[in-house]
Amino acid sequence: MSYTFDANARYTETDEYARLEGDVVVCGISDYAQHSLSDIVYVELPAEGDIVAKGDAIAVVESVKAAADVSAPISGEIVAVNEILDDSPELVNEDPFGEAWFFKIIPADLGELDDLMDAAAYEAYVVEREA
Amino acid sequence: MTEYKRTALYNQHVAMGGRMVPFAGYELPVQYPTGPNAEHKATRTAAGLFDIDHMGQFRLVGPDAELFLQYVQPRDVSQMKVWDAEYSYLCYADGTIIDDIFIYRLPDEWMIVVNADNRAKDLFWLDTHIVNFDCDLVDISDPTYMLALQGPKAQAILQKLTDFDLDQVGFHTAARIQVAGIETLIGATGYTGEYGYELFFPEEKAVAMWELLLETGADDGLLANGLAARDSLRFEACLPLYGHEITAELEPMGARLGWVCDWDKGPWLGREAVLKNKLEKSGLLLVGLEMIDRGVPREHYDVAVGDEVIGWVTTGMKAPTLGKFLAMAYVPRPYNRLGTELNVLIRNKPKKAVVVKRPFYTPAYRR
Repeated sequence: MSYTFDANARYTETDEYARLEGDVVVCGISDYAQHSLSDIVYVELPAEGDIVAKGDAIAVVESVKAAADVSAPISGEIVAVNEILDDSPELVNEDPFGEAWFFKIIPADLGELDDLMDAAAYEAYVVEREA
Repeated sequence: MTEYKRTALYNQHVAMGGRMVPFAGYELPVQYPTGPNAEHKATRTAAGLFDIDHMGQFRLVGPDAELFLQYVQPRDVSQMKVWDAEYSYLCYADGTIIDDIFIYRLPDEWMIVVNADNRAKDLFWLDTHIVNFDCDLVDISDPTYMLALQGPKAQAILQKLTDFDLDQVGFHTAARIQVAGIETLIGATGYTGEYGYELFFPEEKAVAMWELLLETGADDGLLANGLAARDSLRFEACLPLYGHEITAELEPMGARLGWVCDWDKGPWLGREAVLKNKLEKSGLLLVGLEMIDRGVPREHYDVAVGDEVIGWVTTGMKAPTLGKFLAMAYVPRPYNRLGTELNVLIRNKPKKAVVVKRPFYTPAYRR
């Protein structure tokens, strides 16, 4: 299989991405993750204003196959959630890095981003699991 | 490591990009790159092709074949004409269900179609009871290949490949026909809520038949369907799946399958227990649930009144055709009443749902 990777994003071992845009970090699930889950039917998002810690399960994505937790890739405050996903969860399959972002975080510590994998490392990590 | 069997179409599924998963002891495609929702939609609006060779088939032949069938299952098969195909099930003496089956009455013999997982169990059970009857039961699952062609375009597609007038094959009847020269038993049966056929033919023709049907149906929008679409299609039509809505712990009345039973034909295995259950109106009942709160109800989730757990979800999903979050669930009386509000515990959080009419999707053949 071939997947797309956003070169500007960093990635967790649980397949979330985090992309710095100005002073917010846009988060969602990777193309590999949406593909593994199959058709997405439901997304449960956190609330704006939630203070979250890196690794906390703060959202849920459900596909025809299974329910999966979505964790905060970094610590901080949720400043926006993508309500379009309430009515159009299939966007996660179509455009995971673009229209189907899940939430935006004002990071508590930008340095946490450096602990995440860059696109090349994440791609290697995906290939390793596919083998 | 468990060894899974492969059907004769394994290489075709892989070449088509099928995502292979273990199911009922076989490696089968859960979906193709088209995705479950697109596959489901193709079957509802055009046609779907399913590799269901994991299903088992038994041939029953001999002077006592009809008597034996009358004894081992609840339907009155004396009412079946040659070429009729009907749904039924096998019960233990305590009324619980061993398997659900399809019975075909053919000239001079019968065929019983069983679930893959239950094939050995069914054969053992039937062999135990056949000793007093002058007939023979033969497992013909291995040489027999089984495909399903389902959907509003199924007849038109199959008609392109046979001279036999398919208008002659009414719902729940069968015929022996040539499909592009392949000797095939077809039943106007299926598991999707659409009109269509199940095809039985020699295993060595599996690849030829599969490719022929895919190619012939392509212009009509036929798609190969994986297990996920097969499950969502049967779910919307509220067709039970063994191991989910029916199990060896559950009885036919609760599963809403009492309509199969004939009470006047004489004794049959399980009759007293099923009748007792019918009269006492005891036990759990299968209901349809629609979510009021947002969330995906899934199999094994608890169903509760307030905090008190009263039942469980047997199958649940976002129904692709209906776009609603629906479930089938077992609950005790009186919570089976339409309009009753219950909670489904989704990841341990109560989410409101309401009891709704079944089936969720009215099958094409019942409209």
